[in-house]
Amino acid sequence: MSLIHETDYGTPLSKSEKMVTLTIDGQSITVPEGTSIMRAAMEAGTQIPKLCATDMVDAFGSCRLCLVEVEGRAGTPASCTTPVAAGLVVHTQTERLKKLRKGVMELYISDHPLDCLTCAANGDCELQDMAGAVGLRDVRYGNQGENHVFADACGEANPAWLPKDESNPYFTYDPSKCIVCSRCVRACEEVQGTFALTISGRGFDSRVSPGMSESFLGSECVSCGACVQACPTATLTEKSVIEIGQPEHSAVTTCAYCGVGCAFKAEMRGEEVVRMVPYKDGKANRGHSCVKGRFAYGYATHKERILKPMIRETIDQPWREVSYDEAFNFAAQKLRGIQAKHGRDSIGGITSSRCTNEETYLVQKLIRAGFGNNNVDTCARVCHSPTGYGLATTFGTSAGTQDFDSVEDSDVIMVIGANPTDAHPVFGSRMKKRLRQGAKLIVVDPRKIDLVKSAHIKADYHLPLLPGTNVAILTALAHVIVTEGLVNETFVRERCDWSEFQDWAEFVALEKNSPEAIAGISGVDPEAIRGAARLYAKGGNGAIYYGLGVTEHSQGSTTVIAIANLAMATGNIGRRGVGVNPLRGQNNVQGSCDMGSFPHELPGYRHISGDAVRDQFEAMWNVKLNPEPGLRIPNMFDSAIEGTFKGLYVQGEDILQSDPNTTHVVQALSSMECVIVQDLFLNETANYAHVFLPGSTFLEKDGTFTNAERRIQRVRKVMSPLNGMADWEVTIGLAKAMGFEMKYNHPSEIMDEIAALTPTFTGVSYQKLEEMGSVQWPCNEKFPEGSPIMHVDGFVRGKGKFVVTEYVATDERTGPRFPLLLTTGRILSQYNVGAQTRRTENVVWHGEDVLEIHPHDAEQRGIRDGDWVRLTSRAGETTLHALISERVAPGVVYTTFHHPLTQANVITTDYSDWATNCPEYKVTAVQVSQSNGPSDWQKAYDEQARNSRRIAPVVEAAE
Amino acid sequence: MSHNPSERLVYMANQIGKFFQSQGQEKEVAGVAEHIKKFWDPRMLKTIYAHHDAGGAGLDPAVKEAIGKLKDAAVAKEKA
Repeated sequence: MSLIHETDYGTPLSKSEKMVTLTIDGQSITVPEGTSIMRAAMEAGTQIPKLCATDMVDAFGSCRLCLVEVEGRAGTPASCTTPVAAGLVVHTQTERLKKLRKGVMELYISDHPLDCLTCAANGDCELQDMAGAVGLRDVRYGNQGENHVFADACGEANPAWLPKDESNPYFTYDPSKCIVCSRCVRACEEVQGTFALTISGRGFDSRVSPGMSESFLGSECVSCGACVQACPTATLTEKSVIEIGQPEHSAVTTCAYCGVGCAFKAEMRGEEVVRMVPYKDGKANRGHSCVKGRFAYGYATHKERILKPMIRETIDQPWREVSYDEAFNFAAQKLRGIQAKHGRDSIGGITSSRCTNEETYLVQKLIRAGFGNNNVDTCARVCHSPTGYGLATTFGTSAGTQDFDSVEDSDVIMVIGANPTDAHPVFGSRMKKRLRQGAKLIVVDPRKIDLVKSAHIKADYHLPLLPGTNVAILTALAHVIVTEGLVNETFVRERCDWSEFQDWAEFVALEKNSPEAIAGISGVDPEAIRGAARLYAKGGNGAIYYGLGVTEHSQGSTTVIAIANLAMATGNIGRRGVGVNPLRGQNNVQGSCDMGSFPHELPGYRHISGDAVRDQFEAMWNVKLNPEPGLRIPNMFDSAIEGTFKGLYVQGEDILQSDPNTTHVVQALSSMECVIVQDLFLNETANYAHVFLPGSTFLEKDGTFTNAERRIQRVRKVMSPLNGMADWEVTIGLAKAMGFEMKYNHPSEIMDEIAALTPTFTGVSYQKLEEMGSVQWPCNEKFPEGSPIMHVDGFVRGKGKFVVTEYVATDERTGPRFPLLLTTGRILSQYNVGAQTRRTENVVWHGEDVLEIHPHDAEQRGIRDGDWVRLTSRAGETTLHALISERVAPGVVYTTFHHPLTQANVITTDYSDWATNCPEYKVTAVQVSQSNGPSDWQKAYDEQARNSRRIAPVVEAAE
Repeated sequence: MSHNPSERLVYMANQIGKFFQSQGQEKEVAGVAEHIKKFWDPRMLKTIYAHHDAGGAGLDPAVKEAIGKLKDAAVAKEKA
């Protein structure tokens, strides 16, 4: 294995379809119009020397190294900023050019330290490479003159010298090595879209400046790493590279954080990760990353990782480390014992949306075929299960309709209940890029999220609705579209069921659904709703992106249906630039759903009651399957409390912290006789577990993840599992102890079985992934190369189905005792329950969950910024610090759920979506009051957690 | 919200009922029945059937009818 080097073409690809032929160094080459001479030369195999150009950002023309000569043209133009033209004859190497380039390099090096041997970029420095490329042998100016290099000049402090900025936990900024090529500044603007960096001063005083000459950490920098990647010298360098040195081999793998599914090169030295670098050929991220995927991988080797299996009889005992075999047998005996006593259906399991497709498939297989019931569910229950129901009902399949590239062709983007710049940051950046190019934006969200207004981005319409009124707003948008004649009738007549459409149109046109009629319920200005509806229907390609602010409501499924209705009515389905796109939360939540993690569905979304489907699986698995649907997660909890559900196998999911109404979950878990947790750390759920099976990280195993655009991508093992086994091997071990043998030598064999059993996966194999890099399902005989966009010639279900969406208010109401509405969400630097990110330096950005409260509500309660406040709901109470913010409207408060001490889910209730039981996280009636510190509940919880995490010291047997 | 098993199931069933109520009269009972059949596990069905047998307190009329139909079908299937 060697280090993967990606070609840098110097300037971005031109999308023009018109081709142009020119001659470079006597070689004829044909490229799209708009391509730079530099890129054309690189495509022909000639690398023109360059410093300020890189293909992730637009050409800038500042370094003057990439000069060329063009026959018939005067001067020596920069090849990065000069576009090709038909018939041009270009020379990249002439006596004149050689001299000019050497002169430029000489100037650069005269103001650059000559510590190459001890420099962190040694071996990976473009300045060093270019000095070599142009044949620089001498620096006639010396380096004693005015410079940025030395702290002292002739015994006096050098005013031009700046110290290293080491404030960011992951990279350093060393101004003495900066050549002011502006690549970092442009990457921050063009790729990330944060505009945190600028060049201050002019001429010789020019320098890279985070914000107004602030530290990196103190500036608006979001630590995405784009600047570090763009830097051609050691000015911006990963601290891990400074510490370890340059990597020697790498493998392409997929990030294990959010549902964007960024491809990374894991750059290694032996089995040590030197750095993670976003992969330019990654079709989800196109060479970009965020602070989590790029830097927050240190949890993989964190000292708190549990590397040995552990068991205990009761949860008040300390853990006892044992061998895998002992743990498997202990667990198997417990589970079989429970089944013997309480019946076959008294146990179940939860698959992980963080594990690979192959691992998830095995867990559901173990449950259906080994446990002999269908009590299998996954974390999608608590996030995107309404997407499954809603899109399957209307379109016929439960997945997003587009690839991420599609956003480049959108004219109007509607974001509903999603905060992509925090929760799906790399896609957020791609969306912002399109917005800066002029696409219009509609934001439907109770909070003023960053997209509403941030650097060079402003929503054309922000509909700041009251939490819980999504259906009312979406139906009102439909009302405007229908009553103002904005329906795309040709599309509807051709693609959808016309009579169902008519019923729907009649319903939405009712006066009670008009923006004016629902203004009182939703709190949104009717004119803004009308404007937004007109824009979405008539503004060109309209794309809807939505998140958990849509699904996590008692009417979550109805809202997804309402979104699908809108897209169908306006003809915004089936081509690039449009569509309905759920932004998935976890890295493999799409995959875990695809793999049959829901209790009623076998892999490929086929209902368990279907005899033909079951026959297929029974033949392959050699076992009889139960035709009745099993329990969903909330039903498991209810049944546990009721006494009919006693054993649970949880792989990679912290249900205690992530599921709503913590006290209820605690009660359910404590009612069980055997809880098996398989995870990297002793998570909160493990406090109530009897068996702990150590998990492995994405760096330690082979497999695939499927991202929010249905893209199946490889996860590649770059280090041996510290715990000795990959997760799929652990599941096989447990299954074997239970008398259910599953034999696979490699995850690719599991994928082959999935492909053989799942019509949308028949064309998927590791071989195919090796050839194509990634593939989007459906991938089968009909779509051998996969399906970037779905429903192109017609809906999967046949005719698109319009469904009436009556608004039903949630039963979770505000009142005198609980006058405020709490809504919950995520923050950029932390991920989900924080088990991974809390064990990295990311805590410098977000060390605790805080409560955002509007100044008006805060003043009424005498609360100042930073005060401890008590947050109470009908379900429970907790305390946390207040952050006074106008991002939330009066009457609404907001917090995140990343930290176990806060336990935001003590507050959330167990109201849930009518169709799928997806919890209503986004609406809880609460009261906020002053507090002195952690509540009794928090103290008791912490005490229990400490007690439960004890591990008995190993006693060496006497000789 | 109640954690009494049958009360919770009554609440869930009525929630399903509210959605199908808006889908037009002919779909209401059938829609509720189909949804429950598709997503509820046998023990949940058993509990709601028992509640139905005991008078079905709290169930909205169409939901009650749907559960009655499901129960009859289940009984018929068992006999067959």
